[in-house]
Amino acid sequence: MYDIKSFYEAKNVEDAVEALQKDENAIIISGGTDVLVKVREGKDAGKSLVSIHEIEDLKGVEIDNDGTIFIKSATVFYDITNNDIIKKHIDFLGDACDEVGGPQIRNMGTIGGNICNGATSADSASSMQVLNAKAILKGPNGTREVNVVKDFYIGPGRTVKDRSEVCLGFKIEKKEYEGFKGSYLKYGKRKSMEIATLGCAVMLKLEDDNKTISDFKIAYAVAAPTPIRCPQTEQFAKGQDVTNEIFLKELANKAFSECNPRSSWRASKEFREQIIKELAKRATTKAYEKCVGKYKKEVSVTC
Amino acid sequence: MLNIINFTLNGENVEVAIDEKETLLDVLRNKCNMTSVKKGCEVGECGACTVLINGRAVDTCLYLAMWAKDKSILTVEGLMNKKTGELSKIQQAFITETAVQCGFCIPGIIMTAVEVLEYGRPFTRDELRKLISGHLCRCTGYENILNAIEKVMIEKYGLKK
Repeated sequence: MYDIKSFYEAKNVEDAVEALQKDENAIIISGGTDVLVKVREGKDAGKSLVSIHEIEDLKGVEIDNDGTIFIKSATVFYDITNNDIIKKHIDFLGDACDEVGGPQIRNMGTIGGNICNGATSADSASSMQVLNAKAILKGPNGTREVNVVKDFYIGPGRTVKDRSEVCLGFKIEKKEYEGFKGSYLKYGKRKSMEIATLGCAVMLKLEDDNKTISDFKIAYAVAAPTPIRCPQTEQFAKGQDVTNEIFLKELANKAFSECNPRSSWRASKEFREQIIKELAKRATTKAYEKCVGKYKKEVSVTC
Repeated sequence: MLNIINFTLNGENVEVAIDEKETLLDVLRNKCNMTSVKKGCEVGECGACTVLINGRAVDTCLYLAMWAKDKSILTVEGLMNKKTGELSKIQQAFITETAVQCGFCIPGIIMTAVEVLEYGRPFTRDELRKLISGHLCRCTGYENILNAIEKVMIEKYGLKK
């Protein structure tokens, strides 16, 4: 039995917000793969749980007429990876979701939880960064839109999402993905059931000559206390020749200069430095291969 | 507080009184006598407690029993033919291929295999490795387990080995 004070199954989002507001001790639970582990560890023991597990309105992926993709927060990782909209437009987010935990966890864990936990190591976080996603949060004072890149994270494991707010999902505008090809690479010691030692997502758009970069976006997980974008590197990359080895080397150094890795029990700062540089090159190359149709999908994506 | 919930367990409707703090793992083992569902790590890493909920493989140690309401749950007990007592193909394949040693992880792996075989397409050996990566087995080294799943898959899709 779990050490929880009480459990409430919310009927809808409004109901969940109300229940969270009523009880100061209440926390939200969706997939449960993080919350229940924390309860067991004692970190969240004695809390009241407000469950949004059964709210069907929070599940699924939609696309508007204007091309805006809306990923609802309680969509499980497996459903994101195998969603046709995701596969067609932003397949690398699907790849990232396919790297989380193991198959059972991917059947349970949700993307809303992955992002709202605020963990820098979240597999989907760096992809959400390059996609410039906006989180839609609903609270007692109404609904607000928060840019995941600029305004969402306030520290390691902390986000602007208030305890009484429910994340409805993530909005991705067409201009953020149209014409781009993306890639996500995860470095971990094991191929499965692993928390990223480092993660890197890249989005690349090429000119008609198939090698000059017309637009470039890069983001990291675990390269800083929160997931980060590297704006200077992105500026630097525009107009460059992506097939040029020297450029890739400079790109890697530039990206590293914008990171702030730390030592943890998973890896030392120095080792992370190496991976930050290497993943910048490899993720860019992978995105380039996708752009020119050379990329062959491998089963095990972990480097 | 006790709650009375209904769900389908191996094709039969069951009604159980559960505490809202209980995991589905404890309810299945202690109240429904489904002892094929094993308690291993209890944090979703070993996969010993895997069952199918509405056709999806899920770790029941991280699944609150309250969520089971109105769902359809399948455990290894539900795989054999109830009339004849005959084992399902996948269970038989695990025996034929000597995929079982101590057996603790096997019910979970079999449930994942059932899910995998229902995806509607065959998988390569590497894909299968990834698909069973949510299970830990400390005896077999996984080779015979993969052989067993592959065997049923080859039969099912009429592939050549």
